Amino acid sequence: MIAGVPDLQANALACRRGRRLLFSGLDLRLSAGQGLWLRGRNGRGKTSLLRLAAGLAVPAAGELRWGGEPLRRSAAFRRQRVWLGHHNALKEDLSVTENLAFLARLQGRRHDSASLAAALAAAGMAERAGAAVRTLSQGQRRRVALARLVLEDQPGLWLLDEPYDALDVDGMAWLGGLIAAHLARGGSLMFASHLAAPATAPVVDLLDLDGRE
Amino acid sequence: MNDAGEHAHELGFAALFARDLRLASRRRIDALLPLGFFGVAVSLFPFGVGPEPQMLRQIAAGVLWVSALLATMLSVATLYSGDHADGSLEQMLLSPCSPFALASAKAAAHWCLTGAPLVLGAPLFGVMMDMAPLSLAVLTASLLLGTPILSLLGGLGAALTLGLRSGGVLLILLILPLAVPALIFGAGAVGASDAGLSVEGHFSLLGALLLFTTLTAPWATAAALRIAVE
Repeated sequence: MIAGVPDLQANALACRRGRRLLFSGLDLRLSAGQGLWLRGRNGRGKTSLLRLAAGLAVPAAGELRWGGEPLRRSAAFRRQRVWLGHHNALKEDLSVTENLAFLARLQGRRHDSASLAAALAAAGMAERAGAAVRTLSQGQRRRVALARLVLEDQPGLWLLDEPYDALDVDGMAWLGGLIAAHLARGGSLMFASHLAAPATAPVVDLLDLDGRE
Repeated sequence: MNDAGEHAHELGFAALFARDLRLASRRRIDALLPLGFFGVAVSLFPFGVGPEPQMLRQIAAGVLWVSALLATMLSVATLYSGDHADGSLEQMLLSPCSPFALASAKAAAHWCLTGAPLVLGAPLFGVMMDMAPLSLAVLTASLLLGTPILSLLGGLGAALTLGLRSGGVLLILLILPLAVPALIFGAGAVGASDAGLSVEGHFSLLGALLLFTTLTAPWATAAALRIAVE
């Protein structure tokens, strides 16, 4: 795909948490239009691998490259990476719209009120747009956090930690559609999930951390 | 740095600054606490050292400065902890905006919420300590230059102690020594003015300290934040 994102490349990656070596010698290559589902038991390093790929942590050994450039020094990567961690990064005291507007402005994405309203409508949160996040359920909070992905109009690398967490069946289907559109546009994706893939999820490759040393 | 990059820094700074002010407006009582602490701390001194106006006038500048310093340090301890706990800090550090601009925005918002009210409230408490009008003016000006230094240093301390259990006390132990020069020149300016000397030197040094801290503290804060989220 020509218009897609550069490759994410990991060479002989190793990750350490405290004294424990979570994994080592991990090679992977993620190209435009490709989705990678990280699976493995609790504590196998799914989140750690995502954090390495996001540039939040430094690998114990090995290197990560974005289109051939070292990842943590790539200006393009700073713009194209979209990280959604286990935490939703929402402020309890702010309204749903205020939270989304802040995250969009911070990341330099569209944040006009029409775009925000459209994103919240897509996430099924239009009715609660003015409500304080404090009053939302876990699933609703996850939907607001994921609504950020609707504002992405350029292909990028999405790094999602347990994105299906707390979502209901409709929410899972919506997210599956969002991911499929993202991959079709030439974006790439790495996500961790211990759930069995929902039937509506797009076809992705699987990296099972349990099967490794 | 290209234009788009510069733009991202400004946008990130403005977004974070506005968000912190808005968050504070949702919790107005919290925002008033530092000023309340300042008032109570200053009011304790007449009880402790006796109400003789002569004595109070002599210690007023030092008391007000030390109280402002402690009020700032107490309020700054949680500057980053909320953002750290709910994942906002990760989003900030992964944004196209530079961490330097973000740390500056947090310190600027903190100053607007605690430093500025202290500067405005100080003359009131100065009158209570029987300070002369000229001394009040010098004190207010020295706090105006000095409290941003305290917010910037406090932000650094908050970032360094992020995630530690007794972070608040450790922050005070770490940062108070760094704040001593500001205290000396700030309170010293009032002393010089009372003695009929020029305050220009004190203010020049305070201004230089402010510039130096503005350029270095956010940078160090950014480095500490990166380590904290790793």
